[in-house]
Amino acid sequence: MTSFLIRRLALSVVLLFIISIISFFIVTMTPGSPYPWGELNPKISAEVKANFRKKFHLDRPLHEQYTLMMKDLFTGDLRSIKDDRPVMGKIMERLPATLALNITAILISLSFGTLLGVYAARHAGRWQDMAGSFVAFLFIALPGFWVSYLVAIVLVKGFGVPILGTRSYGIVFPSGFAAGLDTLWHLLIPASILAIGGIASQSRYLRATMIGTLREDYIRTARAKGLAEETVLYKHALRNSIRPLVTGIGMLLPALISGSVIIESIFAYPGMGRLFYEAVLERDYPTIVALNFIGAALILLGNLLSDLLYAAVDPRVRLE
Amino acid sequence: MFIILFALLAGGTALLSQFGHHWPFDPNLTNLEQKLLPPSSQHWLGTDNLGRDVLSRMLHGASISLTVGLIAVFVSLAIGMVVGALAGYFGGITDQVLMRSVDALLCFPTFFLMLTAVALLGPSLINIVVVIGLVSWTGTARLVRGEFLTLREAEYVKSARVLGQNAWTIITRHILPNAAAPILVTAVLGIPEAILSEAGLSFLGFGVQPPQATWGNIIADGKTYLLDAWWLILFPGLAILIASLSFFLAGDALREAAESRG
Repeated sequence: MTSFLIRRLALSVVLLFIISIISFFIVTMTPGSPYPWGELNPKISAEVKANFRKKFHLDRPLHEQYTLMMKDLFTGDLRSIKDDRPVMGKIMERLPATLALNITAILISLSFGTLLGVYAARHAGRWQDMAGSFVAFLFIALPGFWVSYLVAIVLVKGFGVPILGTRSYGIVFPSGFAAGLDTLWHLLIPASILAIGGIASQSRYLRATMIGTLREDYIRTARAKGLAEETVLYKHALRNSIRPLVTGIGMLLPALISGSVIIESIFAYPGMGRLFYEAVLERDYPTIVALNFIGAALILLGNLLSDLLYAAVDPRVRLE
Repeated sequence: MFIILFALLAGGTALLSQFGHHWPFDPNLTNLEQKLLPPSSQHWLGTDNLGRDVLSRMLHGASISLTVGLIAVFVSLAIGMVVGALAGYFGGITDQVLMRSVDALLCFPTFFLMLTAVALLGPSLINIVVVIGLVSWTGTARLVRGEFLTLREAEYVKSARVLGQNAWTIITRHILPNAAAPILVTAVLGIPEAILSEAGLSFLGFGVQPPQATWGNIIADGKTYLLDAWWLILFPGLAILIASLSFFLAGDALREAAESRG
């Protein structure tokens, strides 16, 4: 176990190193400049330009820029080119919102994915299974931004319910509880849309293993004992088919973190995804590199957690 | 079914516009007197904020989506097959190095990577296709490697090796044809992913640029009129949905066919 953790952490460090190099070079090798003014703007004196370059180390050769950026990233000195605020501070104030959004989305994918997967496996080969597969493919094929707008049209136009941001503006809530419900509502809508793809993939994984599990002898025994079908499915079969769901969480993460770029922009949700979109629009190099780095670190962490969980739910698995 | 229909419509309109004809309208013809009209007998799917016919724009967008889907998959297949074949055939240190890079790419938030590259390189059809291809080859590489690991030990590959054939011949003549079915399946399943990625990029304003219509940018333009002109959102999104759904279903059917045969 300990040796497993040490090896995984070492591997993560190597992967993060590769990732930081790739994102740094994509950002710096592409044409265009991060200056907050036009390249030929005559009002900007050479001195101001030189100072700016010096401040953000843009006057150094690339490999030095890279080392300085990484050093600044770890010491927390990395500053945004756009507003000169520390990048880590900007990310940290956005991180909780994104984590809340993604964790909620994972929970939604898991619960609905499980229901859909069990339903399809239970009726394997019959029309309900076909319908389940169709729904799964439909969910994978749905463009998230489109669903968001349809939901927005229906909820805002049809019911007059506000959905943007993290809470409704201009409303004074009678109690903290009501305000909490309001925040929850603003979290649930984007999280559900973000979860659509995950529901589909989780249900597909579960269906595949579950069909295998349902053929096992102990399932026949459980049925022969006269147990209710629900008990057989959710107690006996599901527990033995849960492993792909756990691995699935690790595989969901990249898609979720990517998906939050679009969803957060649409719902004006103050998370990392929107920060990233803004940083890309403004060519804010330090923020882009830092966000790629943090995003990848989150994914690695999620993968590690899902591996640990994997060993926890299945005693046969040994982490070595 | 739908794929063929879409391809025909897209190909047909692209061909027509080559000869100066447009069906049903010129996709870039603006008419401010007829802006934001709901669907009617004249404009079947309504008009946008500049009075352009939505149906015509969608048909032109179809050719973009299909082009992006096909070429991006071609790029990702090419890279994935080379990497997977090298890793699977030679094994050892080659395998280690290549597969660790695949791992590194897999823990990138893909859309972050795509958005960074496309935004900084400048959004054009070529850049989008290449970038989508460049970030999506990891799945293919893993699959091809897996196939090669199994097939490498097959009798006919061993005998080819004993006969003194070089690695290139063995890979291209003996192993690849036998791994064709699963590779084809990932290719077909990769097309809708590319279409969805392009739509997402277009939507954020980093796709193929206006005035060229794409499904994603019709929605992006229409979002300003979200509450007044639902047809600008609904129809292009339906097109994305139906196109990608049909590719997913086709890929799944192919997969089942390949599995039941193997």
